[in-house]
Amino acid sequence: MQKRLFYLLPLAVFLVLALYFAIGLSRDPGVLPSALVDKPAPDFTLSPIEGGPGQRFSTADLRGGGVSIINVFASWCLPCRTEHVLITRLAKMNVAKVYGLNYKDRPQDALRWLAELGNPYAAIGVDPKGRVAIDFGVYGIPETFIIDNTGTIRYKHVGPITPEILNTVIVPIIKKVSQ
Amino acid sequence: MTAEVGHFALILALMVAAVQATLPLVGAHRDNAEWMAVARPAALMQLVMVLISFGCLTQLYLSSDFSVLNVVQNSHTAKPLIYKIAGVWANHEGSLLLWVLILTLYGSAVAAFGNNLPPALKARVLSVQAMIAVGFYLFMLLTSNPFERVEIPPINGQDLNPLLQDPGLAIHPPMLYLGYVGFSMAFSFAIAALIEGRVDAAWARWVRPWTLAAWCFLSAGIALGSWWAYYELGWGGWWFWDPVENASFMPWLAGTALLHSSTVVEKRDTLKGWTILLAIIAFSLSLLGTFLVRSGVLTSVHTFASDPARGIFILALLVVVIGGSLTLYAWRAPSLVSTGVFQPISREGALLLNNLIMATATAAVLLGTVYPLLLDAVGGDKISVGPPFFNSVFIPLMMPMIAAMAVGPMLSWKRADLKPALTRLWAAMGFAGLVMLATWALVADGPFMGVIGIGLAAWLFAGTLSELAGRIRLLQVPFVESLRRLTRSPRATWGMTLGHLGLAITIAGMTGAGSWRTESIQTMKPGDTVSVAGYDFTFDGAEPGQGPNYSYLRGIFRIASDGKPVVTLHPEKRVYNVSKRPTTEAGIHSMFIGDLYAVVGDKDDATGAYITRLYFNPLVAWMWGGVLIMVFGGCLSLTDRRHRIGAPAGRRAAELARA
Repeated sequence: MQKRLFYLLPLAVFLVLALYFAIGLSRDPGVLPSALVDKPAPDFTLSPIEGGPGQRFSTADLRGGGVSIINVFASWCLPCRTEHVLITRLAKMNVAKVYGLNYKDRPQDALRWLAELGNPYAAIGVDPKGRVAIDFGVYGIPETFIIDNTGTIRYKHVGPITPEILNTVIVPIIKKVSQ
Repeated sequence: MTAEVGHFALILALMVAAVQATLPLVGAHRDNAEWMAVARPAALMQLVMVLISFGCLTQLYLSSDFSVLNVVQNSHTAKPLIYKIAGVWANHEGSLLLWVLILTLYGSAVAAFGNNLPPALKARVLSVQAMIAVGFYLFMLLTSNPFERVEIPPINGQDLNPLLQDPGLAIHPPMLYLGYVGFSMAFSFAIAALIEGRVDAAWARWVRPWTLAAWCFLSAGIALGSWWAYYELGWGGWWFWDPVENASFMPWLAGTALLHSSTVVEKRDTLKGWTILLAIIAFSLSLLGTFLVRSGVLTSVHTFASDPARGIFILALLVVVIGGSLTLYAWRAPSLVSTGVFQPISREGALLLNNLIMATATAAVLLGTVYPLLLDAVGGDKISVGPPFFNSVFIPLMMPMIAAMAVGPMLSWKRADLKPALTRLWAAMGFAGLVMLATWALVADGPFMGVIGIGLAAWLFAGTLSELAGRIRLLQVPFVESLRRLTRSPRATWGMTLGHLGLAITIAGMTGAGSWRTESIQTMKPGDTVSVAGYDFTFDGAEPGQGPNYSYLRGIFRIASDGKPVVTLHPEKRVYNVSKRPTTEAGIHSMFIGDLYAVVGDKDDATGAYITRLYFNPLVAWMWGGVLIMVFGGCLSLTDRRHRIGAPAGRRAAELARA
């Protein structure tokens, strides 16, 4: 009997592997979860765009003011341009405060970009060297963070927001987080 | 019209395969000679149908028929002829067509030349082959049809991925597939043997040439792929433990083990269950490689197709083929009786040690390859397993094996004494010691592992030569007598000697390139000189130009050693016209002691300087030279007398009569 079990071993090992493959197939290998989800947002203080609108933007703005969104963008980033209209729409919904993080950009380019496409942001922090973005674990822009009333990161979206993602992912999560 | 003919031929091939998968199998069970005889014409008909299909796809590529989706996505009218042909298999659908073409090629080789096989065994083998074929035809027709039309044909195609437009990669997939699919023969023989419940010396003799052929092709294919990565990716590296590389390496490891254990079955009638299991595993890993590459469960730098529907189909195929065969194994293998007994210290023992280490190494590579997947499935972190893991597991596993490899061939079958074998190896030991000292003196500041690697390579090389010297009784009998013994050695023995010598040379190459590489990355203006490992690279600027379907920037590096000119290298940076994707073509000069390797990068417009990367890669050419010797040894062994005349029919009949 024991000998029989020995001969069954290869089959058992394969079946376990196959089960894992089946689970693996149902997952998208392109999705990378953020290590910062459910962790407090890192401390930062950023100045506004030189010669631009608004005050400085810091961690304190994220606490006690309801749900906040941080959208990481740059004028040189083409996908940012395509999602900008949706960021604007999200800001107009008044479900969350939308902040901008201007990533590795030149002030004059960023101002021209805002003048052309409109400025939906409550405040914009400038991160010319990308230091704060590193703290946030940004590895490719655009990226969008959802932060709750206590200043805790609750969700991170990598890549441009599409109308579908806005309606089925971003807005429902904002509603859930704000309860 | 051509596309429809190709599509239809593929459907017909499926029908023929369905008949071949069932009728001969039932015939063999009922001892019905006529049903069994169906296998032969069916296998040949499958080959004809797939040849027609493959020919149609090639014709579509040659004529740049952009009403076919596959051609649109992978070809362009300006593409050179060789890449129009290579484009046929440089994509998911076409590579599957190549896969089944090779499968039917092997199947019809058995049908045509397997006249000395017992009819029942032949019928069963061909049926199992056809079952695999049915799976792959269905996969192609249902999820990956290469002949799909587009509604509105575009004016021109999207061109082939520029990285794949390379002579090395044009023949890499066919080689690799000849290896992968070659293991299907060992697999089919193993399944047929499990159904029959009998494994004997004659069975091993039939399986061996197929395994050996597959092993030769796979070795050559892996070496080609590694060579391509070396000169085309422009990092100066040659092996990255990438999932796709591992996918081809795992069947190679299992196949190497199978090659050695089948010798034991043939000569000593033992290790039967284990050999059958290895045959199943070698082919399962080939299939798994296909699954890993095609399904997209693992992301890798050179995956060119990922689609969940395909992934589910391949997974189902895997479960049927691998799960089914392992179930059959668990059911039937315990009844296989081995008659040969042996002591731990014996030729059998040494081959078993080889097998255990190879199997462990295979398992380690498999674990490292799928671990990210396993971890992700249980909700863990997204990670990737890189070279540090593989190097720290694989290299320590290989070291005792190389050490034992020089001793193994000296041992006699059944029972051997370690002492006389070791005394015959004193010269090899001394040689290895000297080489290690010399290496250490030369590169005292390098990693100590490098010295050990070179020492092991020298040990294996000298040990293999002393086994050869002992076999021909060099210096013990008159020289003419030794020469006569040398020329009379069976070719299979020559194969073993060359295989082991080739591996020793390959190990020296890997060690050299891995341990003492010199790298220099900098910006250079025309006229600048940089010294790398004693070679002065003078940059003479770069000139733009036009290739057939790309524009290039060609750097000029004059290389001198001690003021004497050695060579001028012309690395290129290409940008392909259609995809706008850049590729690097490294400038390489191979020498006995190492490669001079130069890559030219972007120009900084402000300063007029170019980014350049210069390398000296010691011994790197030995790696591929060693593989060539191994493959040559394998081919020589294939032409051994006992394979040419086949298994002695009389003995098999006598055994049958006894059974």
